[in-house]
Amino acid sequence: MVSLAPAYPFGPRKSAWSPGFWACFLACGLLLAVAVPAINLWMPPNSAAALPDYLVPLLGKYLCYALLALSLDLIWGYAGILSLGHGAFFALGGYCMGMYLMRQIGTRGVYGNPLLPDFMVFLNWQKLPWFWWGFDHFAWAAAMVILVPGLLALVFGWLAFRSRVTGVYLSIITQAMTYALLLAFFRNDMGFGGNNGMTDYKDILGWDVHQPATRLALYLASVAALGLGYLLCRYITSSKLGRVLLALRDAESRVRFLGYSVTNAKLFVFTVSAILAGIAGALYVPQVGIINPSEFSPGNSIEIAIWVSVGGRGTLSGAIVGAILVNMAKTWLTGAAPETWLFVLGALFVLTTLVFPRGVVGLFRQARWTRPRAAAPVVAGEQA
Amino acid sequence: MVFILLATIPPARADEFAALLSGLASDSFAEKEQAVIALGKLGDERAVVVLTALKDGRLIKAPDGRVLVSDMTKLTDPTTGADVSGVTADDRIRVNNRLRGAIEGALGQLTLFSSAPAARLAAAQDALRHPSADQATLLEKAIAAEKDPAIRAAMEQSLLASRLFSGTKPEKLAAVRALGTTTEPQIRNLLDQFRAAPDNDRELQHAADAAIGSIENRLRLVSLAASLFEGVSLGSVLLLAAIGLAITFGVMGVINMAHGEMIMLGAYAAYVCQQLFRTFLPPAWIDGYLVLAVPVAFLFAGAVGVALERSVIRFLYGRPLETLLATWGVSLILQQAVRSIFGSPNKEVSNPAWMTGGFDAIGGFTITWNRLVIIIFCLIVLAVLALLLNRTRFGLHMRAVTQNRAMASVMGIRSPRIDALTFGLGSGIAGMAGVALSQIGNVSPNLGTIYIVDSFLVVVFGGVGNLMGTLVGALSLGIVNKFLEPVAGAILGKIVVLVAIILFIQRRPRGLFALKGRTAEAGG
Repeated sequence: MVSLAPAYPFGPRKSAWSPGFWACFLACGLLLAVAVPAINLWMPPNSAAALPDYLVPLLGKYLCYALLALSLDLIWGYAGILSLGHGAFFALGGYCMGMYLMRQIGTRGVYGNPLLPDFMVFLNWQKLPWFWWGFDHFAWAAAMVILVPGLLALVFGWLAFRSRVTGVYLSIITQAMTYALLLAFFRNDMGFGGNNGMTDYKDILGWDVHQPATRLALYLASVAALGLGYLLCRYITSSKLGRVLLALRDAESRVRFLGYSVTNAKLFVFTVSAILAGIAGALYVPQVGIINPSEFSPGNSIEIAIWVSVGGRGTLSGAIVGAILVNMAKTWLTGAAPETWLFVLGALFVLTTLVFPRGVVGLFRQARWTRPRAAAPVVAGEQA
Repeated sequence: MVFILLATIPPARADEFAALLSGLASDSFAEKEQAVIALGKLGDERAVVVLTALKDGRLIKAPDGRVLVSDMTKLTDPTTGADVSGVTADDRIRVNNRLRGAIEGALGQLTLFSSAPAARLAAAQDALRHPSADQATLLEKAIAAEKDPAIRAAMEQSLLASRLFSGTKPEKLAAVRALGTTTEPQIRNLLDQFRAAPDNDRELQHAADAAIGSIENRLRLVSLAASLFEGVSLGSVLLLAAIGLAITFGVMGVINMAHGEMIMLGAYAAYVCQQLFRTFLPPAWIDGYLVLAVPVAFLFAGAVGVALERSVIRFLYGRPLETLLATWGVSLILQQAVRSIFGSPNKEVSNPAWMTGGFDAIGGFTITWNRLVIIIFCLIVLAVLALLLNRTRFGLHMRAVTQNRAMASVMGIRSPRIDALTFGLGSGIAGMAGVALSQIGNVSPNLGTIYIVDSFLVVVFGGVGNLMGTLVGALSLGIVNKFLEPVAGAILGKIVVLVAIILFIQRRPRGLFALKGRTAEAGG
């Protein structure tokens, strides 16, 4: 079945970097990067508009989720690859950062061991395992945040795309991948803290992670990462490669017959996406203060897809909006009426796919442009 | 004073017993010890009472020389078992540490003659652990008196073991040969000890080697059989969980992430049936609840499936990824609904009496009834399903719609109705799987999530749209898992299997038994 998907969700190609876009982008950036810290720092704490310190990491967390959603939208919205294991890349980035933060604790742990994290002392480990080497340096950890998810995605993607595993099959094996990692990281003898994970961090780059100033800095770093990630994704999707991706999403065989290397295009974008997810995880961990294997659970990864769907798949900005909206709703509902949250989330899954396949941003665009447009991106055709 | 004779005692033994009792009353500890040891060898049940009393300081010497057992409230004469509370007793019989040791040993031997079969069996097995010449004579006596064939067999085995270390050479040889035909790790260890003994000649050594070899071979076979059974059992569970999916995903191409919840609903249906039987029917009927639970679970899960197909899935045909997300949402809603109704703690569904316990196959490897019943149940479900698909009108229509929807419609098949019924069938089978799973584990709202990844892997591994593939896929995954477990540990084994499947799908993206030709394109 060949789909009747639109030629391009953004309209003509040159509009990707129009002045209107830059104005919009900078306005959002200023709002997040300047207004939020300003309100936090200078509003009197008891005024109605005040932003208490404890909300800053929460906002930072939303932005990390937004970056994660963005990374999924890049491959799902544009290349038709629905990864149900993207939480694994996120968690791996988080673990790399967690390992750095664990090493920064030094002798301030419960056991006061200068070399070994508490959980290793507890398990009677004598020396640091080899894969912990270098994690006392931020630069090494930062490199690993990019390399570990990137390499996993490269190897996994190479295996999968080379043998043309597509559609649902790919979704299922990515899910199996994150499930296997979940089981592996639950094991105590893996050397990553077992089911308790890693927590009780003290410093990052010499600053106390619990200080409001550090938290604000981490928040700003998340804003920067999200902004750069967005620009990168927009650059990729508006480039020639982006058009190839769209084409292969809708008719993979035809693109292959036209002489494009489908495998390489997919592999590139999958790896970039995994790296973005890893960076999101690395920024997430110091702000929430813990990383544990539950981040690998298949349910988490599927939830990312719903953020993207709610916001509007194949729009990039929709992924950001969706991640923030859904997570705000989650924070509010799990506090106000915990038992209703799963009903709401479940209903979101059903409604967005049945009734609002374009998501929030799609609806907005539909309303703005009166001229008739084709249906929202629909993945079908050669999907298995 | 009333004397009541409680027991009839064989006269010849009675004399010996009475004589030994007076030995206990002696003033010398050496004599007491001899009496204790002799009592131990006597193999008389009454000696147990006496020796226990002696150990606890409740054995009393009456002024007339009789030895009496004192309870908190009364005195009894151990020879006759008669109540003699009127006698004024003066002297407690004293024990020292050495004597206590002797008493322990004697008591251990005496349990061979206990009236409780379980105690006798335990004593017979215990005797295997420290074989000795004394044991041998005691065991001979016990064997002569034993009626229960299973206990006698255990005793005979222990007797053989004792002969290894105390018998004459022909006896030893016979014992080695006889023990070589058993299948117990413990006997293997004993034979190892025996082989290491310095006073053996070559013939004995060779016999021992041969015996050890044959035991080891048999042990290997037993552990192989055990792994195989466990693997088949796990495979049958996976198969039950996956058959429904093989229909909804395999035949219809619908990615139903709520499939696990259909299993969960089936398990809760079994729970509800059990509670209804407990509340409204006489207790004797409780074992019947399972018979009702299977159809109830099928119909209930099937109805939910039909409703799901009509309300959500039919709008999403041809869009597998959207179907995946929508059904995932449905699964969250179903889980939370069940949690709200039944609460999140695990519910216990008990096995009916005819499914509890098991039987000892060979060499300490037990086959439990519930596992066996599930394997059989699973095969029946598969067979009925195969018949339904290949031999009925509904099956014909179903296959027609799968292969060419437009053509089937033209031929007058109401394809939407077939879709709904097919989906209901797959969901109903998942419900029956839930009943089976409730028999081997707890029932909880997230029961389904445990099986969803596994079921998908089974279907994908076996090949989509192929029941035979699902059968082979489930059994091989189960068996491989169980064979890896002892080598790599349960979790690592599972990880290895997952990674292997991921790699396997790279090699054969359409599974073991892929459909060929045009159907493969359409069915994928």
